[in-house]
Amino acid sequence: MARITAGITSSHIPALGAAIQTGKTGDDYWGPVFRGYEPIKQWIARPENMPDVVILVYNDHASAFDMNIIPTFAIGCAERFKPADEGWGPRPVPDVIGHPDLAWHIAQSLILDDFDMTIMNAMDVDHGCTVPLSMIFGEPSEWPCKVIPMPVNVVTYPPPSGRRCFALGDSIKAAVESFPEDLKVHVWGTGGMSHQLQGPRAGLINKEFDLNFIDRLINDPEELSKMPHIEYLRESGSEGIELVMWLIMRGALGDKVRDLYTFYHIPASNTALGALILQPEEIAGPPLEPRKVLSGASFAEA
Amino acid sequence: MTDKKKERINIHEYLAEFEDIPGTRVFTAQRARKGYWLNQFAMSLMKEENRQRFLADERAYLDEWDLSEEAKQAVLDRDYNRMIDCGGNIYFLSKLFSTDKKSFQFAAGSMTGMTQEEYAEMMLKGGRSPEGVRSIKEGR
Repeated sequence: MARITAGITSSHIPALGAAIQTGKTGDDYWGPVFRGYEPIKQWIARPENMPDVVILVYNDHASAFDMNIIPTFAIGCAERFKPADEGWGPRPVPDVIGHPDLAWHIAQSLILDDFDMTIMNAMDVDHGCTVPLSMIFGEPSEWPCKVIPMPVNVVTYPPPSGRRCFALGDSIKAAVESFPEDLKVHVWGTGGMSHQLQGPRAGLINKEFDLNFIDRLINDPEELSKMPHIEYLRESGSEGIELVMWLIMRGALGDKVRDLYTFYHIPASNTALGALILQPEEIAGPPLEPRKVLSGASFAEA
Repeated sequence: MTDKKKERINIHEYLAEFEDIPGTRVFTAQRARKGYWLNQFAMSLMKEENRQRFLADERAYLDEWDLSEEAKQAVLDRDYNRMIDCGGNIYFLSKLFSTDKKSFQFAAGSMTGMTQEEYAEMMLKGGRSPEGVRSIKEGR
C-alpha cells in the first residue's frame, strides 16, 4: 500500500533558480538561504526518507495556463513534463518524470470524493514546480524520484478557500492509501510566505503573521483553514495567498504531525521564505538539530 | 435532495473588501476581463521568436494586438502600475520584464515610487511593515 510519509513546504521563487544558475548560492545574499535548506537536502537524501513519488502542489504562473483556461485544481497525469519557457528560456533542469498510474488513480479517487479535478496529459511546468525540486534535490542530471505536479489557481480570483484546500489534502491522503503498490509518497506545499509583487504596497512582509501561520499549520490546521482570503491579502500581501496551498500538504498528513525542521528567512528577493519538514506523528522520525532556524537581516537586528 | 451548505460567502461583500486594501489591485474577474489581451500579449513573449520580433519593433508588435492606446503606452513606458490598471496581472507581465532581462524585484520595486536601491534596502531590513496598510477604511 502506498502511504504519505512526509510533507514539505518550500518557497518556489524564480530568483532561487537564478541564484543556482549564476553560481550565487554561497554569496552574502543567498548563502543563508541555501544553508537553511542544507538540512532538508541531507534529510531527504537518506534512503528511509527519500520518496518514490512527490505530489508537488504549486501554482502555475501564467505558463501552462493562460487567460483561456483557469482550472482551480489540476493534476498532471503525463509520463513527463518539460520546464516552461517563461521569457528567459526554459530553466536548465531535467524533465519532471510523472507517475501516471498513481496520478490517474488519485484523479479518479478525488473526483469520486467530490473534487472535480482537471486532468492534464500535456503540460509544461514552470518555476513553481521546478524551483522547489532544485532547492531540495540540488542539481542532479535527473530528479531522484517521480513527481505528480498539482497546479492550483491562486492567480485569478477567487482561488480555492483554505478549507477546501485542507479537505483536498485529506482526500489525497485517502487516495494514496488506496493505491496498491508499496510507495513512499511526499506531499509538498510550495509558495509563500508573506509577499506582495505589485502596486505601491509591493514589498510587504509580515513576520508575525508568517510565524503564527507556521505554528497553526503544525498544531491547529483545522482552525487555520477557516481564515478568509481577505485576511491573507491584508496581512501577508497579495501574493501571500499562495499559502492556501500549504493547507493541501497539511491536510494530507492527518491529525497530528511532528515538525522535524522549520526554516524561516527574510528576505529572498521580495518574499519571506519558509521551508518545513513535517511527518505524520505515528511514523515521525527524530527532529533535526537545530529544529528551528530563523535567519536574515531582521533577525540579526533583533 | 442535496445537502444544504451551512454558510455561503456573499460574493458582493467578498469582492468589495478587496478595494479596501491600500496600494493593491486584486486580480478579480473584472480585471481579468479588462486585461485579457494585455495578458495574452505578455504570454506571447514565452516564445523566443516573438521576443525578438517585439524587441525589434515594440510599437509594431503591440499594434498586432487588440489593446487600448493606454495599455500600449504603458507597455512602451514599462509602467507596471498602469499595466495593472489596464487589467494586467504580474505573473503574465513577468514575461515582459523577463524579456527585458529584469527580475521580479526590479518590477515590484518599480511600482513603489522608491528607487531600486531604496527598495532593495527596505527588503534587506525586513520588508514593508503591514502596519497602516491593511485597510483604508479602518486606517490600520
